[in-house]
Amino acid sequence: MAKGKMRMIAADRIFHAFNYIFLLFCFLVVAVPLANIVSQSLSSPPAVYAGRVFLLPVEPSLNGYARIAGNQTIARGFANSVCVTALGTAISLVLTIMAAYPLSRKALRGRKLFMWLFTFTMLFNAGLIPNYLLLQSLGMIDSLWALMIPNAVGAWNVIIARTFFETTMPDELYDAADIDGCSDFGVFTRIVLPLSKPIIAIMILFYAVGIWNSYFDPMIYLQTQEKFPLQLVLRNIMTSSILQASMTNVSAARENSAQLAMIEVMKYAVIVLSSLPLLLLYPFIQKHFVKGIMIGAVKG
Amino acid sequence: MTVDKAGIISREKAKNKSRQLRRDIFRHWQLYLFLLPPVAYLLVFRYYPMYGIQIAFKDFNPGLGILKSRWVGLSFFEAFIKSPYFARLLKNTLILSAQSIIASFPVPIILAISLNECRSRLVRRAVQMVTYMPYFISTVVLVSMIMQLTSSFGLINNTLKYFGMQKVNIMGASGSFRPLYVFSGIWQGAGYSAVIYIAALAGISNELYEAAIIDGASVIQKIWYIDLPSIMPTAVILLILSSGSVLNIGFEKVFLMQNTLNMNVSDVISTHVYRVGLESAQYSYSAAIGLFNSVISTVILVGVNAAAKKMSDTSLW
Repeated sequence: MAKGKMRMIAADRIFHAFNYIFLLFCFLVVAVPLANIVSQSLSSPPAVYAGRVFLLPVEPSLNGYARIAGNQTIARGFANSVCVTALGTAISLVLTIMAAYPLSRKALRGRKLFMWLFTFTMLFNAGLIPNYLLLQSLGMIDSLWALMIPNAVGAWNVIIARTFFETTMPDELYDAADIDGCSDFGVFTRIVLPLSKPIIAIMILFYAVGIWNSYFDPMIYLQTQEKFPLQLVLRNIMTSSILQASMTNVSAARENSAQLAMIEVMKYAVIVLSSLPLLLLYPFIQKHFVKGIMIGAVKG
Repeated sequence: MTVDKAGIISREKAKNKSRQLRRDIFRHWQLYLFLLPPVAYLLVFRYYPMYGIQIAFKDFNPGLGILKSRWVGLSFFEAFIKSPYFARLLKNTLILSAQSIIASFPVPIILAISLNECRSRLVRRAVQMVTYMPYFISTVVLVSMIMQLTSSFGLINNTLKYFGMQKVNIMGASGSFRPLYVFSGIWQGAGYSAVIYIAALAGISNELYEAAIIDGASVIQKIWYIDLPSIMPTAVILLILSSGSVLNIGFEKVFLMQNTLNMNVSDVISTHVYRVGLESAQYSYSAAIGLFNSVISTVILVGVNAAAKKMSDTSLW
């Protein structure tokens, strides 16, 4: 490139050197804590307890993971999270697309009014208590539906999807379909939907991340332990003594430190497990993810 | 006569218009069918709770329900403002959100410009990939990570020990709550927000850079005179959006980081609403606090938006 071959000013050379140092710094600040958490979860309990783990696993072992795999509460939490995330994402996706498609059509009379109905929910929220009382009167307390329905449609996501439809489907397309006698529904299933894979991927990602990671809703709406999703289980593990209770074989005082060490490793393993599905998903949808943020950014 | 005629014509026009409207709606009835479920959802789960806000002005009695409970006007608002917690809650909420908004505003801009200027594709992709990974981590995991990293056998204390220094109890010190909150927020969000600025930087016309190169501008001059002014609108929009959440700061994270030792700085309005509302079931009182919170944050958002419009011609609406 011509730009690269240009003679560099001395000041620029210094700038670029500092720039690399800065980027390296950013990289390390983010990567070191992540690497440490993962390494701790893969190290042997005595090494963790002695504080010898920094960036790489010490005396690698899968002990922690084996223990949490055998723990009923954690396994059930994982299963609950998977179910709620899959079903909840599907519901959200369908409702969001159903809202975004008509809102992207100029033929829709009252489009502005409907748009306002969505946008206003971003500006003002009724707050905790009215929402809680609503779910109570709908009988959704202590039901997994409470994690999927009340936040099913995000106004921001509707705006992003609408912008996508508006920018990818030209008006002429609808005119042509109209002349050929194709109904709005036909246009949607035959033309719009097949062209919408990117936006569907983005919506799945946004909603799945939101539901998988949610903590507050399950905390206030669920009461039965068996229904708890993984985030709630993780929190309980971090703050209480669930793990101690699950250790039935150890009672002697001299084995106390071994037990504490094991619990530490298990905590690290649960932390990793709680983020793993999203982090595994992430490289595949990274491209769409960036695109999604950009659509949102362009059309605020 | 003429007046009559005009009246008839305009009435005719209006009639035509409404007929046209009906025809349009009828022709595209499928679009309205599409909209029906999401709009029904909005009315039930978003707008009905807004109607339920009246609980804040009533003395809620579970036996009577919201509608039949007795009106008490603004007495719950008064009680909140006079309560001994009021000053502390307001102060904590404002300080925490002001600190995190101010501290986390410039970081993604710097990161985006730095990535934009980086000429090694490999470095750029690696740094970008890693820096926005934390965005996918849940608040519970983030706080758990903080707890583990600062625990007595965690990374921070291990490092201190390695250099022969004394171990510290970070989570137990109320002074470390705000810095930890602000820093972990930057750690988690900077990479994500940087993507938005990178998109804005990518939209800058090449002609500007070419002209700058011909004029012999240095990289720093290009950043100062081209990049920064070009991403200003985006920055203003993001700042407005974050101002909308001044009082609604991430409830989850504050709540999860709270402990008895840091309560004096970590107790904010939203966590107070949760405590008095759901833990001690004072529905009306806590709904009043929640409404107080919502109204003020909407006012702040509208105010900041108006100020931004006046000063920079950039606004949300």
